[in-house]
Amino acid sequence: MTAYDPVIFSRMLTGLTLFVHIVYATIGVGVPLMIALAEWIGIKRNDPYYLLMARRWARGFTVTVAVGVVTGTAIGLQLNLLWPNFMRVAGQTIALPLFMETFAFFIEAIFLGIYLYTWDRFKNRYLHFWLLIPVAIGSSASAFFITSVNAFMNSPQGFDLVNGQMENIDPLVAMFNPAMPTKVGHVLVTAYVTAAFCLGAIAALAMLRGRRHIYFKKALRLTMVSALVFSFATVLIGDLSGKFLHAYQPEKLAATEWHFETTDRASLIVGGVLTDQNDVKFAIKIPFALSILAGGTPGTVVSGLNEVPEELHPPLRTTHYLFDLMVFLGMYLLLVALWYFIADIRNRKRGVPIHRVLLLGVVLGAPFSVLAIESGWIFSEVGRQPWILWGIMKTAEGATTSRHVDTMLWVFAILYLVLTVTSAKILIKMFKQNPVEDEISSLGLEGGSK
Amino acid sequence: MSYELLGMTVLWIFLFGYLIVASIDFGAGFFSYYSVLSGKRHIIHGVIERYLSPVWEVTNVFLIFFIIGLVGFFPDTAYYYGTALLVPGSLALILLAIRGSYYAFSTYGSRDSRIYMFLYGTSGLLIPAALSTVLAISEGGYILEENGQIQFSFLKLFTNLYPYSVIVLALVSVLYISAMFLTYYAAKAQDAPALEIVRKYALSWALPTILASLFVFYAIQRHNEEHFMNMLNHAWMFVLSFVFFLIAVILVWMRRNYGIAFLAVMFQYGFAWFGYGRAHLPYLLYPYLTIYDNFTNPAMAQALIIAFIAGLCILIPSLYLLLKLFLFNAHYVRGGKKPKKA
Repeated sequence: MTAYDPVIFSRMLTGLTLFVHIVYATIGVGVPLMIALAEWIGIKRNDPYYLLMARRWARGFTVTVAVGVVTGTAIGLQLNLLWPNFMRVAGQTIALPLFMETFAFFIEAIFLGIYLYTWDRFKNRYLHFWLLIPVAIGSSASAFFITSVNAFMNSPQGFDLVNGQMENIDPLVAMFNPAMPTKVGHVLVTAYVTAAFCLGAIAALAMLRGRRHIYFKKALRLTMVSALVFSFATVLIGDLSGKFLHAYQPEKLAATEWHFETTDRASLIVGGVLTDQNDVKFAIKIPFALSILAGGTPGTVVSGLNEVPEELHPPLRTTHYLFDLMVFLGMYLLLVALWYFIADIRNRKRGVPIHRVLLLGVVLGAPFSVLAIESGWIFSEVGRQPWILWGIMKTAEGATTSRHVDTMLWVFAILYLVLTVTSAKILIKMFKQNPVEDEISSLGLEGGSK
Repeated sequence: MSYELLGMTVLWIFLFGYLIVASIDFGAGFFSYYSVLSGKRHIIHGVIERYLSPVWEVTNVFLIFFIIGLVGFFPDTAYYYGTALLVPGSLALILLAIRGSYYAFSTYGSRDSRIYMFLYGTSGLLIPAALSTVLAISEGGYILEENGQIQFSFLKLFTNLYPYSVIVLALVSVLYISAMFLTYYAAKAQDAPALEIVRKYALSWALPTILASLFVFYAIQRHNEEHFMNMLNHAWMFVLSFVFFLIAVILVWMRRNYGIAFLAVMFQYGFAWFGYGRAHLPYLLYPYLTIYDNFTNPAMAQALIIAFIAGLCILIPSLYLLLKLFLFNAHYVRGGKKPKKA
C-alpha cells in the first residue's frame, strides 16, 4: 500500500470494528433468550438445575455485554467520524431507527442491571423472571432497528433525491424498506442459533471431559432443541432473502453465484474457481436451483452480471466463497442439531450416553456458528460494493478526508485484541474457578450423577 | 418553540443527564481506586459498589443518545465535527472502551486485580477531559473550513488557554459531584465510617470547583467575546447556580440534609449548564453552524419527537424502578441483604 487512501482505511476500520462487535452483539441478542428459557423452565418445573443454569449463563453474559456495549459505542461514533459525508446526506433518513435503537438499548441496560442484582430478592420467583423479558425484547429490538438501518443502505427508499440532498423524507417508509423483513429475520434467528450453540458447546465440552452430572445433559437438551428450531427458521428466511436479492439487488445475487448470462433455469454454483476470463471451473452445479431460489420456479429468469457495467460489479470471488462458507456452516449446524434431536429421542429411554462424535460436533458448532455470522455479514457488506447507499451514493463519496485514519486503524486493532483476549481470559477463569458441581453442592442440592 | 430549539433542548437535557450520572460513575471509580492506594478500600468499597454495579451500563446510553440525536436533528454536525474530531473522538472512544470493559472485568471477573482497577479508575478521569475538549472546540477557532475541506488545528487547541480551563473544570466537577453523591448515599446507608471519608472528599473539592468555574469565565471572555456577553445577559442563572453551591456545601458542612444537599448540587450544575447552553445558542459550532442550518426535514423532526416521547414513557418508569430498587430501598442501600452476584 503506497498511497494513503482514507476510503480504504475507513472501510478497514469500520469492518474491523463491526467484525469484533458482531460476535459480542450476536451473543447479546441470543443469550438473554436462552437465559429466559432456562429460568422459565426452572420455575415451571421447579427444577433448581435450570435456575442455576440461568444464573451461570447470566454471570458470563455480563462480561460479553460489557465488550458489546463498548464496541457498539465505538461503531456508533465511528459512523460519524469515518463517514461524515454519508451521515450528512443519509443522517436525516436513518435518524429514527438509530434513535430508537438507543431507546431499546436503554431499556435493556436498565433491566439487565435490575435482573442481575435481584436474584433472591422477590418471594414470587416469576417477578424476577419477568425482569428478563424487557432485556430480551430490548436486545432483539436493538437488532431490529440497527438492521433496518443496514437494510435501508441496501434498498434505500422513502425520500426524493434533489441535487444530492434527500428531501420529502418519510421516516417510516425508509425504515420499513424491502430489505428489512428478511434481514431482520435472518439476523435474529441466526443470533439465537449462535447463542444456543455457544452455550451448548460448554455443556458438550464438559461431557467430553468425562463430567457426568445431569446438569450438563439438561443444558445440552435445552440448547440443542432451540438450535434446531432456529436453524430451520434460518433456512426458511435464507430462501426469502434469495428472493429479495433477485427482486432488488440482482447484481449481488449474480455476483454471489457467478451468474453472467441472463437466463432461466439458472443453476446454483457451489465452490469452484473463477478464471480471469470469468469462466467457472471445478464447481458443483445444481441445475435450476438458482432460479428456484430467486423466484420459486425453474422458469424464473435470473439476470446476469453482464447486464451491469463492470465498474459496478461487487468483488466476485469474495462474495461467492463467503456465501458458500456461510451456507455450508449453516447446514452443518442444522445437521448437528437434527442429529442430537434424533439421537435424544431414540436413546433417552434406553439411557445410552450421547455419542462422543456428536458431542464433538456440538463443540465445533460454537466457533462454526460465529464464523457463519462473520462470513454472512462480510458477504452481505462486500456484496453491495461499490455502493454505500445502493444505487445512490458510492462508498468513496461517503468517507472522511481526514489524514489520520491509518493510525486510528492500528490503535483500534490493538484495543480490540486486548479486549478480546482479556474477556476470554476472564470468562474461562470465572467458570474454571467455580465449577457447576461445586456450586450445586454448596447450594445444598441433591444431585445424582446419572 | 420551534422544532430546532425543542430538539436542541431535549438533547441538552440528555447531555446534562450524562454529566450527572457519568460524573458520579467516573468519580466513584477513581475514589474506589484511590481507596485501594490509601488502604481504605474496605471502608468505602461497599457503598460505592452497591450503587454502581446496577447502573454502570445505563451511563453510556445517555452519551450515545445525545450523539445519535444530534446527528439526527442536525446532520451537518456529522460533517463538521465528524471530519475534524477523528483523532480526539477516537481517543475518547478508546478510553470509554477501556473504562467500560475493565469495570466489568474487575467487578465480575477478577475482583482483586489492581491493574484492572487502575485502568478503570484512571481512564474515568481522562474521559471527561477528552469529552470536554469538544465543548471547547464548539466555541470556534479550532475547526477551519477551507475550499470545502475541514481542517482541525491540534496546535491551537493545545496552545490555547480556554480548553485547559474547561478540562480543569470538568475534572474538578467529576470529583466534586461524585463525592457529594457518595456522601448522600453513605448517609442513607447509615455507614458512618464511609460517610466521614467521602464527606471529606466532597468538602475538599468544593473550593476548587468554584475556582475552576471562575477560571472558565475568565478564559471564555478572552476566547469568544460574543459568547461571554451572552452569558452576562443571563447572569441570573449563574448567580442562582452559585447560591445552590453555597446551600449544598453548607448543608454538608453542617452534617445535615444530605439528600437536599445533593439536589442542590444538581441545581447548581443545572443552572450553570443551561445558562451556558442558552448563551451558546444559536451556534452549534461557532461561527459555521447554527441550529437553523440544514435542520432535519419536518417529517423526521416530528418522527423523532414522537419517538422521543414514546421512549420517555417507557424510560422514566424503568429508571424510576431502578432508582427505587437500588437507591431508595433502605434495606438494599444498607446492604442488609448482600447484593448477590448474578
